[in-house]
Amino acid sequence: MRVSFEVNGHEVTADNVWPGESLLYVLRERLGLPGSKNACEQGECGSCTVYLDGVTVCSCLVAAGQAQGRAVRTVEGLAESGDLAERRLSPVQEAFVEAGAVQCGFCTPGLLVQTDDLIERTVGQGGGVPDEAEIREHLAGNLCRCTGYEKIIDAVRLAAERTAAQRDGGGPA
Amino acid sequence: MDFLSPSTWEEALAAKSAHPDAVPIMGGTDVMVELNFGRRRPPALLDLTRIPQLRDHGPDDGYLRLGAGVPYTTIIERLRDRSPALAQAARAVASPQIRNRGSVGGNLGGASPAGDAHPPLLAVDALVELASVRGVRRVAAREFYHGPRRTARRDDELISAVLLPEPAGPQSFSKIGTRNAMVIAVASFSLALDAQARTVGTGIGSAGPTPLRAIEAEKFLASEFDWDGAASPSPATVTRFGELVASAARPIDDVRGSAHYRRHALSVMARRAVSWAVTDYRKEIARCA
Ligand SMILES: Cc1cc2nc3c(=O)[nH]c(=O)nc-3n(C[C@H](O)[C@H](O)[C@H](O)COP(=O)(O)OP(=O)(O)OC[C@H]3O[C@@H](n4cnc5c(N)ncnc54)[C@H](O)[C@@H]3O)c2cc1C
Ligand code: FES
Ligand code: FES
Repeated sequence: MRVSFEVNGHEVTADNVWPGESLLYVLRERLGLPGSKNACEQGECGSCTVYLDGVTVCSCLVAAGQAQGRAVRTVEGLAESGDLAERRLSPVQEAFVEAGAVQCGFCTPGLLVQTDDLIERTVGQGGGVPDEAEIREHLAGNLCRCTGYEKIIDAVRLAAERTAAQRDGGGPA
Repeated sequence: MDFLSPSTWEEALAAKSAHPDAVPIMGGTDVMVELNFGRRRPPALLDLTRIPQLRDHGPDDGYLRLGAGVPYTTIIERLRDRSPALAQAARAVASPQIRNRGSVGGNLGGASPAGDAHPPLLAVDALVELASVRGVRRVAAREFYHGPRRTARRDDELISAVLLPEPAGPQSFSKIGTRNAMVIAVASFSLALDAQARTVGTGIGSAGPTPLRAIEAEKFLASEFDWDGAASPSPATVTRFGELVASAARPIDDVRGSAHYRRHALSVMARRAVSWAVTDYRKEIARCA
């Protein structure tokens, strides 16, 4: 079957899709977007997390046909667009790099998308910087086998604080 | 494999009737795992995500009508007051990403004895609405679970909604697992008191071939509970209630826990649920006074 939808603002079409195939497979194997990772294919690890119509989901658990006509945003869509050469990392991506929250990096794309969502739902809605309990709760479905999570939590807090500072008029902190 | 993608409920019912072996897919959080691992190769998938009314919720003649496809996140964020036990159960499901997709209709469709929605549906005496081209019928959740993953739903039927009675007293849900998130229950328990009818409802999960009620325990607590003042029940009463709940379970030993541990966990959860109910009941009395 043929499936068309929007990815990171662009219309895309995949052909010869097997109806039982996942959105994750279509993104990685048919559309050349390998940012979302395949680590478990059973919803346990969160490394395939993407936005589907503005809501974060495990793309390994979405049937390709369910994405027809919908809007998907992947980790590739977090960085500010523009020329590839001058593309800037998003505040969440910057914070992960700075805080040392990336080791092997396999979990990172999913964590970035889920963190982006947390910041959007808290600071982005006029709320405060999420506390540690809220951060852990929101990232409970994202597994990391390397870091021990402490630096990931630091990175999320850093990204949230900077976003809040920017929102409150201070410009980039 | 075919991918059927109806955009109206009538089309969905017609498709299910024409293809009774098509597998419905809503959030996909159970179905896709089975497909990804090759455990299931159905002749067709019947996508239900484009049918608007499956995502609706609202009052319906003394009930809260919850469309079968309403995701857990919506129940937690918007329906906590109108379905307290179910909202607590929804909160205990998996992770935020799974809760954004997974639905009560999917939990009922799979009918795993470990599904978190089942104990609250039993405890509050909810109704499951089933529809086909032949018509619509409502089955009490208490009559819905027939055996391991077997239910009252017929092959040509889809689940359209669940109907939850307006809360008439304290409700709770608790679950035992190895982590605070992302766990299939080792055992779970839900308690709902109805202050008007002076009845007690229970639901037991993950401790039998189907979700279960503890009927003796319900009758016992209804007769012992101080419905006028919510005076603390005696330790003996609370202990007895825990024992009756544990003895209603029919658990097995498996990788998640032993039968013995499950019974023990249920008695502990049941005793705690009584103390929460007493506290909540008193608050309610104070609020109304
Ligand atoms: C990592 C992970 C963790 C999980 N943790 C939990 C947990 O803690 N607690 C828990 O209870 N569950 C858990 N689950 C299981 C799953 O998320 C739930 O059972 C969820 O409620 C399924 O809903 P869904 O909409 O995704 O169902 P789907 O996968 O779309 O469907 C599930 C079943 O129901 C049928 N179905 C769906 N909708 C209908 C309908 N309207 N009419 C008839 N049949 C229908 C399908 O054919 C299928 O058999 C977990 C799953 C994963 C992957
Ligand atoms: S690959 Fe989707 S959750 Fe692990
Ligand atoms: S950095 Fe390796 S899994 Fe997280």
